[in-house]
This record gives sequence, structure tokens and C-alpha cells, in this order.
Amino acid sequence: MTAIQAVLPSLSPVMPELILAIGVLALILYGAFRGERSVESVNVGALVLLILAFFVVVSQSGAKVTTLNGSFIIDNFSKVMKALILLGSAATILLSRDYFQRERIDRFEFPILIVLCTIGMMVMASANDLIALYLGLELQSLAAYVIAAFHRDNLKSTEAGLKYFVLGALSSGMLLYGSSLVYGFTGTVSFPGIVSALNDNAGLGIVLGIVFVAAGVAFKMSAVPFHMWTPDVYEGSPTPVTAFFASAPKMAAVAMTVRIFIGAFPDVTAIWQQIIVFVAIASMALGSFAAIGQRSIKRLMAYSSIGNIGYALIGLAAASEEGIRGVVIYMIIYLAMTLGAFAVILSLRRGGQMYETVDDLSGLSRTHPVLAFCLAAMMFSLAGIPPLAGFFGKFYVFAAAIKADLVGLAVVGVVTSVVGAFYYLRLVKVMYFDEPTAPYEAMPPGLRIVLGLSSAVVVLFFLVPSPLVSAAGAAAKSLF
Amino acid sequence: MFGLGILSGLLIVPLCGAAFILTLGNESESVKRNARWAALATTIVTFLLSLVAWGRFDPSTSSFQLIETHGWLAETIKFKLGVDGFSMPLILLTTFLMPFCIGASWLSVNTRVKEYFVAFLVLETTMIGVFCSLDLVLFYLFFEAGLIPMFLIIGIWGGKRRIYASFKFFLYTLLGSVLMLLAIMAMYWHAGTTDIPTLLHTRFPVGMQYWLWLAFFASFAVKMPMWPVHTWLPDAHVEAPTAGSVILAGILLKMGGYGFIRISLPMFPDASAYFAPFVFALSVTAIIFTSLIALMQTDIKKLIAYSSVAHMGFVTLGLFTLNEQGIQGALFLMISHGIVSGALFLCVGVVYDRMHTREIAAYGGLVKRMPLYAAAMMVFTMANVGLPGTSGFVGEFLAMMGAFKANPTVAFFSVFGIILSAGYALWLYARVIYGKLEKPNLQGILDLDLREKIIIAPLVALTIYYGVHPAPILDTFAPSTEALMQSMRTALSNTQTAAVVPPVAR
Repeated sequence: MTAIQAVLPSLSPVMPELILAIGVLALILYGAFRGERSVESVNVGALVLLILAFFVVVSQSGAKVTTLNGSFIIDNFSKVMKALILLGSAATILLSRDYFQRERIDRFEFPILIVLCTIGMMVMASANDLIALYLGLELQSLAAYVIAAFHRDNLKSTEAGLKYFVLGALSSGMLLYGSSLVYGFTGTVSFPGIVSALNDNAGLGIVLGIVFVAAGVAFKMSAVPFHMWTPDVYEGSPTPVTAFFASAPKMAAVAMTVRIFIGAFPDVTAIWQQIIVFVAIASMALGSFAAIGQRSIKRLMAYSSIGNIGYALIGLAAASEEGIRGVVIYMIIYLAMTLGAFAVILSLRRGGQMYETVDDLSGLSRTHPVLAFCLAAMMFSLAGIPPLAGFFGKFYVFAAAIKADLVGLAVVGVVTSVVGAFYYLRLVKVMYFDEPTAPYEAMPPGLRIVLGLSSAVVVLFFLVPSPLVSAAGAAAKSLF
Repeated sequence: MFGLGILSGLLIVPLCGAAFILTLGNESESVKRNARWAALATTIVTFLLSLVAWGRFDPSTSSFQLIETHGWLAETIKFKLGVDGFSMPLILLTTFLMPFCIGASWLSVNTRVKEYFVAFLVLETTMIGVFCSLDLVLFYLFFEAGLIPMFLIIGIWGGKRRIYASFKFFLYTLLGSVLMLLAIMAMYWHAGTTDIPTLLHTRFPVGMQYWLWLAFFASFAVKMPMWPVHTWLPDAHVEAPTAGSVILAGILLKMGGYGFIRISLPMFPDASAYFAPFVFALSVTAIIFTSLIALMQTDIKKLIAYSSVAHMGFVTLGLFTLNEQGIQGALFLMISHGIVSGALFLCVGVVYDRMHTREIAAYGGLVKRMPLYAAAMMVFTMANVGLPGTSGFVGEFLAMMGAFKANPTVAFFSVFGIILSAGYALWLYARVIYGKLEKPNLQGILDLDLREKIIIAPLVALTIYYGVHPAPILDTFAPSTEALMQSMRTALSNTQTAAVVPPVAR
């Protein structure tokens, strides 16, 4: 027994990932043998796996444990981020069912790819060295390229997949190149090793490495100036896939970014802080201004996600415990807002056709008052108007920025949030002030569940904020 | 009840009413009727509840009362409610005006009735919340949350340019307030809390005070509104439905003044003294400039809107005189203007419901057909001018007295505002009410019906009552004003001694 323990690494920290990995292999076999008849049961199986993994993650203790030769770490931060990732993925499966059935592209591979992608994302959130990080990232990315092109007979969808693949491969290359520079100049790939090797004297090689790594992660987060793929991929992908891209992979990308910068480079803040400040300002500004002219809701949500990443990065730029707490709170609330908004977008269906432009929302408050109310709540929340949850997300990141003396960044942030409010309000205006069009079909139950839960978080957060805030606080604490 | 005090009750009752109205069925005549009665009942219950709160309130002390605290965001950011002499009258004004707004919308709002009353009741909660929150984050939350229902009210039930007006209103106010949010955070990190009673006794470094003062000023000046950031107000007023205008003029504008007296003056005394001349300049410009603009208006609501900006100029003037008369006058003017301008908008609503136009030129000679209306309008016009014997006089007189004490030149120029206000208000009255009844479509216009009489009579009575007997309101303000002056004097003299005594001697 002891001999086995000495050979085998401790596997309990990686239990959720193992459950998903073994489960998904079983599902692949099952799907391959049963063929297309298995779609329904594979979907249910994937959903069960994700929910099971969610409960395992939540039940893990938040204490810091490393395993697999120190390349994999679990702590409160990874726990919260993994829970968010799993929720995002599970919600995607709920959102996708009805859509894929109606578009006649219902294949059992989709839930399997989602679960594989989820494993990759969970490794990203738990990575404690550069190799593990890259492995997780590639697993996530490869699955994501495929599902972007999942509607393979649709020109826009295949274009989205190809574009995402080419640009994604480029950015992975940059990340890898940056990692190799860091490895070359520190002699180690493990984050704690890098911390002790750097010992706050960083040469030019390290600076270059950090810049390349930053470029790579900025692409994965779709932060300016590496955002160009976002609007096209969001628009071209099947809508449930867009909802997925806007939710779970964002959580993973932000988790990974925080892990790298806070985990590996905590003592050379001065080097990367200016990069993050620039990226944050550029993302917020572009996200707000470029969204104004958009007519397609999916493109609008793409620019909105770029802007939101900018706000989340304000917390990272503060490079403090408060800042990371802000990032985590922001991502929790962002997940709820995004999933809710996409649940509404996915229910705009009439006579077998999806409606995806802003004008199709016209008069929604007359034809579907509950739907319009929920989307309006999401929009006011994205605009950061209290008492909706989005306000608190912004509150915590701006508060961290003020404490870190980044007043200029905070002022730019609040001003662009006013610009952003303009286009969020325009959606409310279209729904509430304009004349109604013909009503849409009734909402499928999967969308109802997602919309109901996310609306509850967005609207009622201000009544009982403490559970989420303290979870985020614990997550941030575990990194410092 | 359930560990909640009476102030939470004031916040919850309108929300319960709103929730009840939401559960009513779809747009049928009976649902509309039920929604109206439910909204009226809710606002009346809220008003009665606020009277109970007033009964428990002791106006002889300056301390916060009826305090209740619930855990919220953090140990130091709590859900804390309480009232003092500054906020209690404003809460009463809010709850008092709300039933009138519901009454004024009884027949004029006929589409999406349910949503309309829900928006109004939610708005009432946010307005009461602003006046009774004792935590800066909570204050900000209510301050901003009110934008959502007001945006919908203007945008859905407004006039022709409602969309432009609603966006302008929303974005203008939002831009002002976000800077306040950053200032709140800076105060939080400096003092470690956002608890208002604690912050009232926190001394911020003078250099920091200037920045904080400016950030709060950006928000309150837009809300007030002060010249030159007042331009959203005429648009919003003109396009909003009658009840929306009443709330805008009656309550929302007072939030700016309340913010100055609750936060800017007591927490940043040095900055307030430093920036007082700047505020005087803006106020006097507002008083004269917007009065001149009001003279040129052809739209009744726009004229009253500009006159509101001019009157708010007197409020800021009075507040920053930093003496007792000025502040008392400004506060009294806020209450009086809440009643009078609200009543004026209700009066405009009366003729608008009949003729569906707000052009001054479309009216004339109304006194022949509408004697009661002419009489009521007369009282409010006189109060707007500031005629002795009406509530408008007391506030303006005290504010100017304070201004004379602080800076005679400023007082000299502000007097022109009174003259001009007599000009535009009386001219408006003459063009609408007097003259020959020539327009053919005015021949059949009817005088006030029972509903309108019920709405307008109490406002006439209050306008005259507070004109001859202002003591109840002034006495409520007095202890809090006294305490404010006391703390400001101490703060300012401390700074002066610190500046006079060289560092070595300390």
C-alpha cells in the first residue's frame, strides 16, 4: 500500500478532472457505438458529469494542495473559478439542446467537446507551472475551434472556426514562446520556482517573456489589442456556442491570467502592471465605442465582452488582494449576466428562424414582458446601474484600483462605462419604447432554467451579497 | 416586525404595492382600474406610515434617529437607515407628493397602466432610500437606482422627443454620479468605513477634500441642476408625463441639495469654504441667465423648468453662504419649491389633458371658463414669484439674507432673479389666464372636476399655510443646521490655526 502511494501521486485534488475525463471517454464510446440515436442520452450524461464535478469541486476543502510534482494546485481560487467554469459549461448544454435540434445539427459530439473543453479550462485554473498551463489551454482551445465550426454546412460558422483556429494557434505560439523565454532565463517552469529565481531582479529576457505571455493570454481573454477575432467568431458560431465562448472560457482565461501574473510574477509587478493597465484601458474604450454602431446582438455581445474583460483587468492591475477579489466577483456576476442575455437571444425564434439583430427586439416588452424584463435587468446590470449585480462587480474592481492609487485608470473606467451605458440602454429602448413586432415562440424549458437562475443572481444579488463576496474574498486570499 | 424598523417599512411598502400590481392580469379596463386604486392605496399607506415615523421623530435634537442597521456588503459597509432634521421633511415631501402624482395620472395615462404605476412605486422606494440611507454606498445605490424607473417613465409615456430626453437625462446624470462613486471609494479607503455618522466626524486632509468635493459636486450639480449642466432638465420636463415632471421638480432635484447638506458641507468644510465663491458665481449666473431664458419660452412646461433651475440657484446660493439664515432658507426653499413647482406642473397637466398642447400661444382667457383653475394657478404663480404670504417668500428671503451676510455683491445680483421671476411668471399667467377668450377650441373647456379639485386644494392650502406659518419646517431644520454650523466652525478654525501656527511651534 505504502509502496503504491510512493509511486502514485495523490489523486484526490484532481478528482473532478478525473471524473470528467473518465466519464467523457465512456460517453465517446457509447456515442460511437449507438450512433446518432445516442444524442439525448449523451447530453444528459454530460450534464450529469458536469454537475457531479461541480459538487466535487465545491466539496473540496479550500486549503492549498499541490500534486503531480507540484504542477497542479488547488486552493480557494481554483475552487471558485472551476465552479464558475462548470456552471458555464452546464448552462451551455441546457442552452444548446433546443437550438441544435431545430437547426438539425444535433450531434452527440457537441456535449463531449464541451466536457473536453471544460477539462482543459479546469486545468488552466489549477495550473501551477507553465507546462500544465499550456496543456490545459490547448485542450480547451482545440475543442473550442471545433465547436465554433460545428454548423459545418454554414459558411459563417466554418469561417468562424477557421479564423479562430489560425489566430488562436498564433497566440498559443506567442504564449509558448514567452514561456520558453521565461524558462530560459529562470531555469524552471514551476510558478513558485520562477518566483524564487526572479527574486525581484528581472532582466530584459524576462521582460520579453512576460510581454509574449501577456499577448497570448490577452488573445484568450479577447482583450484589446488581440480582440479582432472576437466579433467574427461570436457572430459566425452557432448561438449556443457563442454563449459558451462568452461565459466559461472567459472564466478560465481570466483565472489563467491571474495565476500567471499573481502566481509567477508577484515581485515584478512594475513590469506587467503597465501592460495590464494599457490592455484594460484599450479594452474598455474599444468595447464601449465600437459597440455603439452594432446592429447584430451577437456582435454587440462580443464588444460587450471585450469591454467587460477590460473592467475585470482593472482588478488585476491593482495587483492586490482586493483587486483579485474584485476580479472574482466581477467574473461571477459577468457569468450570470452573459448566460441570461444569451438565454434571451436564443429564444428569439419564430417560424423556424432565429432573429439576431437589435431591431428584432422591438417592442419585446409588449409581446413577452417577462423576457423583456429579464433582458432589461441584464442590460442595466451590464451598464453598472445599481441595485443590479453588475454595479457591485464594478464597485469592487474600481475600489481596488482607487486603493492601489490607479485613479486615472478608474476615471477612464467609469467614463467608458457611461459610454457603454448608451448602447445597453439602446436595447432597453428598443424593447420598451418601440412598437412591437409579431410575438416569438414560447421559450424552451432549458432556456427558462438558465434565464431564471441568472436573473435571480442579477436582480437579487444586492439583498444577500455576502455569500458570493466572501467566497471571492477567500479565493483572493489564497493567492497572497 | 421581522427585525425591520419603520424606515425599512417605508422602503418595502411601495415595493409590495408594485409586486401586487405586477400580479394583476393583462391590459383590461378592470385591471387598469385595480392598478390605479392599488397604486393610490399604496402611496397613501406609505404617506400614513411616514406620518407615524414623523410622530416618533424628535425634532428637538440634531442626532440621527429611528436608526436601523442590517449586515450588508462588509463589516464596514452596512445597510443602515436613519433620519435627522434634514432628511425627515424631505421624506415627508416625497410621500406627500406621491398620491398626487398617482391622482394626476388617473386618466391621462391609458396605455401600459400596470407598468406605469409599478415604475412610480419603485421610484418612490428609491427616493425615500436616498433620504434615509446612512451609508454612502447605500446612498449611491438609491441615488442611481432611481434613474431606471425615471428613464422608463420618460421614455414610454413621454411626449414626441421622449427618447432623446430619456437618454439625455440618464447619461447626463450617470456621468455626474460615477465620479461620486470613485470619491466614495477614496473616502472608504481613507476612513475605513462608509458609515455617514462616522464620516461626519472624520477630518479628511485639506488637499484630498478638494478632489472629493469636486467629485461629489459633479454629481450633485447635475442632479440639482446648476448652470451650465442644467440642459437635461428642460428636455426631461417637457417630454415627461405630468406626474413625471412633478416628481422630477418636486423630489429628484432636491436630491442634489440634500447631497450638498448631507455630504459636501459637513464632510468637506474646508473645500466648501474654498469653493463657495465658485458656487456663488454659478448660482448667480443660473438665477439671472435661466430667468432670462424662461422669459423667452413658448412652452409652458419649459418655462417652469427654467424657473426651477433659477430657484435651485437660490438653493445652492443659500447652502454655500455657510451661515444659518442661508442654509435654513435654502432648505425651506427646497420644500416650498417641491410643493409649488409640483403644483404648477399639475396645473399644466390639467389644461394639457383638455387641449393636448403646452404652447402658451394656444391658450388665453381661461379665467372666463375656468375661474377655480385661475385662482389656484394664481396662488402657485405668486408663490413661484416669492410673494410674501406664500411659502416661496420665506425661503428666498432667508437665502438672500444669508447671502447678504456672506457677500453683499452676490446678494445684489441675485435680487434681479426675483424681479425677473415676477416678469416671466406673471407674463405667463397673463397670457394663459387673462386676455380675450378668442380661440374657438377653448370655448368649451371645462373647469376643474372633482378629482382635480381634490388634488389641487391641499397644495393651495399648504402653499399659503407655510407662507404665513413656516415655523414647523424651520424648527425641524434648526437643530441639525445648528449642529452643522457648529462642526463647520470648529473645522474651519482648526484649519486656520494650523495654517497660522508655524510647524515648528507645534
